[in-house]
Order: sequence, then structure tokens, then C-alpha cells
Amino acid sequence: MFSVPMNNNVAIQVVNLTKYYGELLAVDHVSFTVGRGELFGFLGPNGAGKTTTVRILTGVITADKGSASILEYKAGSLKAKQVAGVVPEMANAYADLSAWDNLMLMAELYGIPASVARQRGASLLQDMGLFPRKDSLVKTYSRGMKQHLILCMALVSDPEVLFLDEPTSGLDVQSVRLIKDLLQSLNAKGKTIFLTTHDMDEANQLCDRVAIINKGNIVAIDAPEKLRMATSGMHSVEISFDNVVSPEVLANIPGVNTVKKLGDKYRLYTANPGELVVSLANYSSSHGLNVISLNILVPSLEDAFVALTEKEAEHA
Amino acid sequence: MPETALVREQMRRSLVIARKDIRIYYSKGPVIIFGVLFPVFLFLSFTIGRDLSVDFMIPGLLGMILFFTATSISPIVVPWEAQARTLERLMSCPVRIETIIVGDILASFAFGVGISLITIILGLFLGVTISNSVVFALALILAAFCFASLGTVFSIPPTNMPSTVNMIAAVVKFPVVFISGVFIPLDQLPAWGQAVAYISPLTYFTDIARTSIQGQGHLPIVVDLLVLLAFTALFLVVAMKLHQRTMPRRI
Repeated sequence: MFSVPMNNNVAIQVVNLTKYYGELLAVDHVSFTVGRGELFGFLGPNGAGKTTTVRILTGVITADKGSASILEYKAGSLKAKQVAGVVPEMANAYADLSAWDNLMLMAELYGIPASVARQRGASLLQDMGLFPRKDSLVKTYSRGMKQHLILCMALVSDPEVLFLDEPTSGLDVQSVRLIKDLLQSLNAKGKTIFLTTHDMDEANQLCDRVAIINKGNIVAIDAPEKLRMATSGMHSVEISFDNVVSPEVLANIPGVNTVKKLGDKYRLYTANPGELVVSLANYSSSHGLNVISLNILVPSLEDAFVALTEKEAEHA
Repeated sequence: MPETALVREQMRRSLVIARKDIRIYYSKGPVIIFGVLFPVFLFLSFTIGRDLSVDFMIPGLLGMILFFTATSISPIVVPWEAQARTLERLMSCPVRIETIIVGDILASFAFGVGISLITIILGLFLGVTISNSVVFALALILAAFCFASLGTVFSIPPTNMPSTVNMIAAVVKFPVVFISGVFIPLDQLPAWGQAVAYISPLTYFTDIARTSIQGQGHLPIVVDLLVLLAFTALFLVVAMKLHQRTMPRRI
């Protein structure tokens, strides 16, 4: 086993990472740092460069420019791989082997002593509810069970840093919850987790900090709450009336930036929700309308994401 | 970690990969069909009805069986794993690309040696005797390793379709069998035929088998062994260098 360098609070350091696929610039001078024990979200739409970045960090592909390190070891080196656990996007376990054999294979490839691997493997399979089926071939597993197994395979070496690329994509609610709970408990034990996702709620619920990546560029890095609150002009008021009101009329009310129709409701975006509520009350009383419901909404991470990626597109 | 300890550790992990390949790929359809059934039927179709001695047939059959079996697994593992989406996980483990390739070679090598032993036992039952059995065993091991290494050269193009790799392999393997003294001894070939035969690694193993079983070959055994060794080194270097480039492109 390799020793882990101490007295360092940086788990992942990325400087000017750049990757081309032919003419396409997939990752464009990306830099960020992930602290030890941090649950870091890498958020972006499909094709933003998330998976390419993870693949460079996990040593599957090499960068064209820039550098990356995992616990001070150069990304892609055997030492960096040794301290990391990986759940690649859309990865499969070996379908012709049992869950147990898949786990023991991984343990052997990480040089974990057999007795430790057996103990850890049994405990992980218990946690993920797979232990009773441990000797069944993986080809008989459901999608959720396979993903849980992949996660166990990433954890059997007890890695300091865990990379997960869209781990909950396409899974049912229960499977997603099990994975989220596990990630939170691992993080509570001090593991560093690098999670890529395009699911805003997931990033919002799990991550200490989130980097938003779009078209190969990082457009923002901050705590999810700070990202939401920093999105000026994205507060909104959701209102429904007992009668039909045209969106054009609502757009003319002072303070309204944009109007969006959502079923029988309207969402009115504004920089100042307090003033808008007063204006709406005045409008409805002067036009003989009754307000059925009215909610003031703070911007969601999704709003922040859309605003930030659109700003990026305008710059481009 | 000192380099020798690192190499030992990577070798151990190659063996782990080989064991995984053995458990998964030995029973795969294309391996059984192209690796075992095909050479047997090909050989039968060329020998049945001809008045040939067992001493003549067994070295040829052995050469062909070893060549087909030892090249049946190593070409398909990497594309198969890329297609099954297990390759990325394997590449993110603390193993070098060379470690993965050597693991695949070892699995193919063991398959080649195992099936060839069945042929040898069959030959012994039919009254064949092997002179110089130690040298012959050494040649069998070296040739199996050489052919298994050649198999990984076939899978260098970064396609994720095992059938495409098998097609590339077949285009090379069939002509090789016909120019390697399997059906016609080298001494009976014209000069140009012998010149062509010298570019096939199978020629040298078949020649050792003929020397050991029939009592006479075309080249001295030492020359055969040295050329096999040179081919092995060439295939290994080419496979390792080029897989470094193409394996990441499969992901």
C-alpha cells in the first residue's frame, strides 16, 4: 500500500486542464481545488466536459495541457489510482461473474489482503442490500442492483477520494436514496467525494460546493446556497387568479422582468418580490380579480444554473 | 516503491487479470468456434482421404491448434470489455496498460497450452514419440506466448466490436497456416515458398514439432527458438506501445 501524504488539506488540485477531441475543445483550461473531506459537485448539461474531466482525474485518458493531482499524486499515476475509488458513467460490473467475485477481483487489483477484502466486501454488500444475492451472476441483477454493486466495487479498497460520474442517472427513487445516504455517511466519515451530475436537486442536497461547467468552461464555483442567492433578478412570485389574465397584461405590471405560464399559474420573475406583491394586490383589487394562491420563490439552483450558463453563452 | 517491487506487484495484478479472463472468456462462443472447432475441421478437411502418416499429421495439427487457440482470446478481450463497459473501470484501477495486456496474453497462452496438451496426449495414444521433450516443451511454451502476443496486436485498432477484430485476425491467421509448413513440409516448397514461410512465426514452431516427432526438420532447433523469441519480443513491444495510444480511444 502507498502512504498518503499528511498535513495537506487539498484532495484534488486541477490547474489549466485542457483536452481536445480532434477539433473539439472538450475541457478548456479548467482549474479548481477540492479540499479533503469535501463533497464536491461537478454540475453541467450533457456534453459540458464533466465526464472528460473525471476520466482525466481517474487516469483513463490524458490531458493535452495542464495538470491534475489526487492527494498530491499526479493524476493517472499508479499512486493516484491507488488512493481513488471510481464509479464511471454507465459502467458495468462483469456480467459473467457473481457480485462477490467482482468485488474480490477489484480488491485484488488494488492489492487489498484477502481477509480484509472479504470482511469489507461482506459489510458493503450488507449495507447495499445485496448480500443475499452475492453469489448470483451479475447478469441476473436489476439496473439498480448493478449500480449498487459498482459502488461497492469502488469502495472495497477503502479509498480516500471517491469519483462518481452520474451515479444515480436512470435509477428508481429507492436506489437513488440508498446511494445518496451512503455518500452522505461516507462524507461524514471524512472521505472526499467528487460527484458529477446534471441533477440540480441532487447537487443542492448533497454538495458542500458546486462547480458549474458549461462547454468545457467553469462558470461558477461556490456553495449551492450562495450560487442561488447570487442570482440577481431570479426571485419570483407565483400567482393564480380566479379568472383568465393575459400574460401581456402581467408583464406590464411595474417590477416584472419575465412572465412564465405554468398550468393555471403564472411565475413572475423580479428583482424585488416585496414590491411586486403589493403591485399585484393593487392590480387584482382594481380589476375585480381574486387571488387564489400567491407564493414568493427564491431562485433555485436550476435558476442559478440557467442564468450562469446563459450568461456564458452570451459572452461566447 | 523500488522499480523491481513495482514490477512484481504489476505482474501479480496481470495474473489477477488473466484469471478473470479465463473465467469469463474461455466459454465464449467465438473462442470455442475460432479457437478449437475451426482448426480441427480445417485440418480434417485437408488430411482425410490422403495417405499421411500419424508422425506427419500430428506436428501439423499441433502447430495449427496451438496457433488458433493461443490467438483466440487475446484479440477479443479488450474490444469485448470496451463494448460491455467494463474497460473504463479496469483502466482506472492501479494497473498499467501493459499489465492489462500481459494479463490478456497469459489467459490466451494458458488456453493454447491446455488445448495443445490434449492434442499431444492424443498423439501419444496414436503411437507418436517425442524426442528431446524438454526442448519441445520449451518451444511449446515460447510459441504459445508468441502467438498470444500476436493476438493482442490484432486488437490494436480501437474498434469495440469483437467480430471486427476476429475478422482482422482471420485475414492474417488463414494465410499464415497455409505458408507455415502445416500441410506441406518446408523442404517440399519451392524457394519462393520457403522465403514466404520464413515471415511466419508458426513456421518455426511447426519445424520444431517435426524435428521432435518426425526426427527431421528444416532448420536447427536453436535457430527456430531464437526466431520465435525475436517474434515474441517484436509482438510484445508493438502491442504495448500501440495499445497505450489506442486503449484510451475506446472509452
